[in-house]
Amino acid sequence: MIAAIQAPSLEVAVLVLGMLLLMIEVFSPQLEKKIFALSAIAALTVVLVATFFLTPNPPAEASTGFWSFYAADPLAIFFKRFALITTILVLIMMIDYTPILRRFVPGSAAMQVGVGEFFALPIFTCAGLMYMASAIDFVMIFVSIELVTISFYVLVSFTRKNSATLEAGVKYLVLSALSTAFLVYGITWVFGVTGTTNLRQITLALANLESDRVAALFGMVLVLVGLGFKIAAVPFQIWVPDVYQGAPTPVTAYLSVGSKAAGFVVLLRVLRPFMMFPNVERLIVIVAVLTLIYGNLAALPQNNLKRLLAYSSIAHAGYLLIGIACIDGRAVTFYLVAYLLMTLLSFAVLVVISQQAGDEIADFNGLGKRSPFLAFAMLIAMASLAGVPLTAGFFGKFLIFWAAIAHHQTTLIIVGVITVGCGFYYYLKVVRAMYWQSAPRIENIPVSGLSKLTMSALILAIIWLGVYPQAIFRALAPQRGAAMVTLVKP
Amino acid sequence: MLLLIIFTPIVAALLIMAGAPARRTALVASILNLALSLIALAAFDRSRQSFNFVSSFQIVPDLHLSFTVGLDGLSLIMLLLATIVTTSAVWFTDRIENYESAFYACLLFVSGGAIGAFASLDLFFFYAFHELALIPTFLLIGIWGVGNRFAAAWKITIYLAVGSFILLLGLILLYQSVPPDARTFDMRGLKSAASQIPPDAQRNIYLLLLIGFGVLVSLFPFHSWAPEAYASAPAPAAMLHAGVLKKFGLYGLLRLAIPLVPAGVQYWTSLLLLLLLGNIIYIGLVTIAQKRLDWMLGYSSVMHMGYIFLGFASANILGSTGAAILMFAHGLSIALLFAIAGELRARTGTLVLEELGGLGKVMPFAGLAFGLGAFAAIGLPGFANFAAEIMVFFGAFQNGWEMNRFHYFQIATVLALWGVVISAVYMLRAYRSAFMGSIPERWSSLADVRATLRVPVTLLVVAMLWFGFFPQSFVRIVSPAFRTYFSTSASR
Repeated sequence: MIAAIQAPSLEVAVLVLGMLLLMIEVFSPQLEKKIFALSAIAALTVVLVATFFLTPNPPAEASTGFWSFYAADPLAIFFKRFALITTILVLIMMIDYTPILRRFVPGSAAMQVGVGEFFALPIFTCAGLMYMASAIDFVMIFVSIELVTISFYVLVSFTRKNSATLEAGVKYLVLSALSTAFLVYGITWVFGVTGTTNLRQITLALANLESDRVAALFGMVLVLVGLGFKIAAVPFQIWVPDVYQGAPTPVTAYLSVGSKAAGFVVLLRVLRPFMMFPNVERLIVIVAVLTLIYGNLAALPQNNLKRLLAYSSIAHAGYLLIGIACIDGRAVTFYLVAYLLMTLLSFAVLVVISQQAGDEIADFNGLGKRSPFLAFAMLIAMASLAGVPLTAGFFGKFLIFWAAIAHHQTTLIIVGVITVGCGFYYYLKVVRAMYWQSAPRIENIPVSGLSKLTMSALILAIIWLGVYPQAIFRALAPQRGAAMVTLVKP
Repeated sequence: MLLLIIFTPIVAALLIMAGAPARRTALVASILNLALSLIALAAFDRSRQSFNFVSSFQIVPDLHLSFTVGLDGLSLIMLLLATIVTTSAVWFTDRIENYESAFYACLLFVSGGAIGAFASLDLFFFYAFHELALIPTFLLIGIWGVGNRFAAAWKITIYLAVGSFILLLGLILLYQSVPPDARTFDMRGLKSAASQIPPDAQRNIYLLLLIGFGVLVSLFPFHSWAPEAYASAPAPAAMLHAGVLKKFGLYGLLRLAIPLVPAGVQYWTSLLLLLLLGNIIYIGLVTIAQKRLDWMLGYSSVMHMGYIFLGFASANILGSTGAAILMFAHGLSIALLFAIAGELRARTGTLVLEELGGLGKVMPFAGLAFGLGAFAAIGLPGFANFAAEIMVFFGAFQNGWEMNRFHYFQIATVLALWGVVISAVYMLRAYRSAFMGSIPERWSSLADVRATLRVPVTLLVVAMLWFGFFPQSFVRIVSPAFRTYFSTSASR
């Protein structure tokens, strides 16, 4: 019976899929690796379809046992789909990326060694992201974040003959471990004060809290440090540019979309109990302002597209933090969806271009002549990242600033307007390279059918959501109000 | 039918990008659009109190956001202006060396954005349509521009992006200032709820709108993008942008500020008068000092915005109607002037006024057309600019008029009248040094404007003269739109 799928079985299915792929890799090493990726994509698509036939989860209040640390509310289901779609798109990019992979992984040119793992690891990450979307208990949050992070350790440093990648891997490993330490330490403080790790019970405990506010706040700040690392908020962003630039491009895309989105979902859930403290909002406003300014100003002089996108990901974290500071879950969710579409589209184009030339912006010179399709895809991605109306990126910014005006966050609004102006400059730099500059070479750039299809789908989705955003609102509708929006400040 | 007018250029642009023959498709689409808008003009029902040709589609019910379009007198003439200028700009396009189809697609996107913005009754799409033109403008100037085109393209894009973002904040604030149960993006709905916006909120909203729209229209301290961009843009792009798209800001102010936030308009009147005098006097003097024809035209288009602002600031039927008609008239004349200037640049390779001269002998047609455009820009009788400027001045002068003393409105009007003299000085000087006098040897064998390119020029000239001699046909269409505005604000 198809209508009887329980939400947790989705993650189990994904994990089993990952293990199956590894097993097959071991027992039939001669198999063409592209088949791995394609079958993984197909299987994940099946799981994605399955998310539309879930049985309703037990009511939130009465939940015990497993359900006390795993929620299957619409927000969780929504971000499970988000994680699945991201992973599918990243796998498609990885297929395009295999030639580069073979160049930089020892011995793989002939033997295809290591390519199988490259396709299998994102599936484990995906399971971790899906658990993160559902986690409502600090223990669950921690375990799922670790599942994601540890698989990223391997992915980031996968092309290990490339010294930049190795550097990225080490940086990610060290700083990520450090942030995890902060997270655990923060969780223990919160646990010490409230006596529970369940977010719902923490809410109740904090409401009746008389004495130990400072201790609870201290724990929250430490948790914020740990999560700030995940979402690349200033001042925890130091790792971002180097790791993004050094990691294999599909992995960078995965980091900047999947890892960040899951971080924001957790942040939405974790901050909810703490928002009754007035200092918390102020703290988030400060972090948001810093993130906006740093991300946008540092992006201005970049000449390497991967680095530019790294700083842009910091900048977008700033806009998302505006939404967090206003506790507008709908705006944050929509922005993340828009961010997914436009970032993955630009990375998909970048994967193709970087095989031909490299990932400097100058390598895009004259792309409008060499491949009108890729140039148009990049144009749409950049326009959406900059926030041009009738694209998804604009509607995301619209909702964010909407929330900011409704909450009278004047500082955030002023900083936001200035940084939007900066954004136009550095995103249009790419457009300038593609159309204004003349091409150094004139031969066409081949694009595989699958990526062409993917890019077209992404372009259509960006424009469709820019004109008709209702689709996303409807997906969130049942719990809108319940979980996030009606969350009033005391 | 209105939907057809809005989407014809956009669909044509998409077709061109998909591989349709660029010039033919663009031309057919724009002529079709001109014909459709003339039909709309004929079918327009003036006696109707509300909007004609309304159609509406729900987009986001939660936010009361819908795609709603409709026409009243004000938007009708802006629509007409857009289609006339689009047709002549597309027709006037010379051979394009590279990315030919992209050029026409960009032109059509700019045009479609302007038309959509003028026809939208929903704030969100009103805003979004205007922004549709942003990236195409960036490309138009960057790829096909001349001179210092890179800097100009950056400047206009970032200026307009930030300006429209400020505008967006104003629009959101406007929406949120209305009591929750009356919140809607529909301008008509907002108008009926506008009386419930508290006065101090009106001030903030209007200030944001004034700065946002002001940047888009090159109001005095925010003007520096305009001359540079128009000087570097290819002629058809300059025609469309200076003639049509720039009017969006003024259109927005007339459409939103007066009926929705009248207290704000009143509160900031003296500031606006100061800024618009900056446009008229300061920029006027700057224009006189220009040595190049394209820069002079760019600055003159900035300067003339001052008159339109004056008509808007006067906040009465006469002044607002004058402002609306001046938008139309100025759009035609500046498009004509940019067209001829572009042609001169293509032929002689320079627009430095001192190097030109005597071109009237070899290019009588261009000389005549430029002369008519210059006369119209000065505001000589016989052109719609004249009728409009008279209405603006009378409207502004009436404001706060007392027999025994001059109010600041009267002082502003008198100072603004000097602007007419200033524009006479620079226009006639430019005309003399380009077309009169002795002709340099190297240009004595230049041919006149090609026959095919004469058609769009003639179209603009005919439109100008027609509405110059019969401005009443316009006033009758436009002024009822404002009558409803001022009756609502008077009844409070």
